[in-house]
Amino acid sequence: MNAAYQRTLFEPLIVNNPIIVQILGICSALAITSKLAPSVTMSIALTAVVACSNAAISAIRHHIPNNIRIIVQMTIIASLVIVVDQVLRAYAPEISKQLSVFVGLIITNCIVLGRAEGFAMKNAVWPSFLDGIGQGLGYSVILIALGATRELFGFGSLWGYPVLPLESEGGWYRPNSLMTLAPSAFFLVAMIIWAVRTWKHDQQEQADYRIQSVHRMETQ
Amino acid sequence: MEHYVNLALKALFVENLALSFFLGMCTFLAISKKVETSFGLGVAVIVVQMITVPANNLIYNHLLRGGALEWAGLGDVDLSFLGLITYIGTVAAIVQILEMFLDRHVPALYHALGIFLPLITVNCAILGGTLFMVERSYTFAESVVYGFASGAGWALAIVLLAGIREKLKYSDVPAGLQGLGITFVAAGLMAMVFLAFSGIQL
Amino acid sequence: MPRDKERPAQVLLVATLVCVVCALLVSTAVVLLRPIQDRNALLQRQRDILQVAGLLRPGSSVEAQFQQIEPHLVDLATGNYVEGGDAIRFDIARASRDPKTSTPVPADSDIAKIHRRPSAMPVFLVRGEGGLETVILPVHGYGLWSTMYAYVALDGRGERVKGVTFYSHAETPGLGAEIENPRWRKTWIGKRLVDDTGSVRFDVAKGAPAPDEADYHVDALSGATLTSNGVENMIHFWLGEQGYGPFLARLRQGGA
Repeated sequence: MNAAYQRTLFEPLIVNNPIIVQILGICSALAITSKLAPSVTMSIALTAVVACSNAAISAIRHHIPNNIRIIVQMTIIASLVIVVDQVLRAYAPEISKQLSVFVGLIITNCIVLGRAEGFAMKNAVWPSFLDGIGQGLGYSVILIALGATRELFGFGSLWGYPVLPLESEGGWYRPNSLMTLAPSAFFLVAMIIWAVRTWKHDQQEQADYRIQSVHRMETQ
Repeated sequence: MEHYVNLALKALFVENLALSFFLGMCTFLAISKKVETSFGLGVAVIVVQMITVPANNLIYNHLLRGGALEWAGLGDVDLSFLGLITYIGTVAAIVQILEMFLDRHVPALYHALGIFLPLITVNCAILGGTLFMVERSYTFAESVVYGFASGAGWALAIVLLAGIREKLKYSDVPAGLQGLGITFVAAGLMAMVFLAFSGIQL
Repeated sequence: MPRDKERPAQVLLVATLVCVVCALLVSTAVVLLRPIQDRNALLQRQRDILQVAGLLRPGSSVEAQFQQIEPHLVDLATGNYVEGGDAIRFDIARASRDPKTSTPVPADSDIAKIHRRPSAMPVFLVRGEGGLETVILPVHGYGLWSTMYAYVALDGRGERVKGVTFYSHAETPGLGAEIENPRWRKTWIGKRLVDDTGSVRFDVAKGAPAPDEADYHVDALSGATLTSNGVENMIHFWLGEQGYGPFLARLRQGGA
């Protein structure tokens, strides 16, 4: 695989991660990551949709009229999402129930639309497909990290299999209830951002105001 | 009456689209730097939500639901699988029409909202509101109330976050957390606060 | 080339083609997958009912094991069987919405907050050598965030609990969602829901009960008061006059 394709596939993992750098696709990252299984399912579903929609849109990119561009993209994406939703309901009904509204929301997942508009409309089919896979991988990395952490510390299990013996079952681990609730996803993503930006200084944002000097008031 | 007030309060606080279900996060985090712009976006979301949720309710109940097409003699047909694509199409169409209407009749507002109107089409809070309405089988009246209240809840959340971010500008935040990181922390704390509303009923 | 794309004819052609192709794709997927989805839903229901009755055995097929279950549709007002219904495929949510198959529940007696109640509900019976062994009743009621759907398995007289399972809900993970926890559900076994006079007496509450109340008491879930209240109200509604009360009275008189 040549260098350009390698970049397309691996850049989105850290350097251009859709969630923590591009600020895309955050809704589902926060809401469905309470356990590992739905996180993995959602990752696979999204990667499949982005890759296939990128490829499909790229294939007809020279023929789409400008004034119906967005709606054509959304039609293709929405159809793919419906198919994914139906497949999940047929072959993984338990997980499909947990994902409920959020599978449908893949349509408005900014990653899918963002890449369709920003990459697939300007590139050939194969690179677009690879870009979809790459962005999906970046998204999956964050989702799996969140899902694994939240399930491990919130429920003491991983993929439904008990790992830490729970107090309620006679063990020693008292589950961290905050991890089962959605706000914990916010905090975990903030920690990930902090870690990544400490490693990659060029991703750090500049503060609007810097404290120049501190005046101390002496009180007697 | 009580039922509708209850519904509105639930959509505003207990089941806030932004802070309880985390819908519309991308715009929520990207646009909330200033209170004015956030307020403008919030108003736009309320207006769009108030139109699209009842519109989609009508479409669902008269065209898509299993048995809905009885008036056309096709009572056996269940088109609910076309739901997603229909709702998003409705939202896109309504936003486009709203844009054209504002441009012609209320140009001041049109210029104030600027880029936000097209951005709303892809705001998952809009589609999410419709999907919740379908899942809970609201009537038309309930859809109107829910559309307004859920939009208002999202607007409230983004204005609150903008207010916090404007204050955070003067804080000494670690370099790695500057900007996006500390916004996530603030939003997470807000989400925890809104959890305290759970279970409130009239 | 760019000019050609914007011609109205081209716009119409592209729009039509995209719609047709997408429609074909979606319709094919739905038509092909619907039988599998329906079958999955049916199997899951059968599995839940067998499990709550304590009859689910690993190894053999669910459908074969379900043969020992006798499904019926019951008219709630009279407690009599309704002929010709399909109890196992009965869609409770849909029946509740349809004005032809449901009645509104007056606000002051709607303790389970379900607004409408189907006129007929499915029940599932297990008969043994000595007569009616188990009665399985589907119940539902509003918890904190959602409507909880459950099967309650009672003994042949409809008095003591043999099992309970919550097969659909959206309560808070780790708190209200503990209604799924097998250890909590086990505390229900052997409890009575209805006292000797036939009135519903069941508490899901915190703290130890008085000795004569212990039979009718199940501990509430910690940190999930509203979900626990919802469960209690659900049982009171469905085992009372508005629910299976008439049917269970008929059972006790030996008319099943």
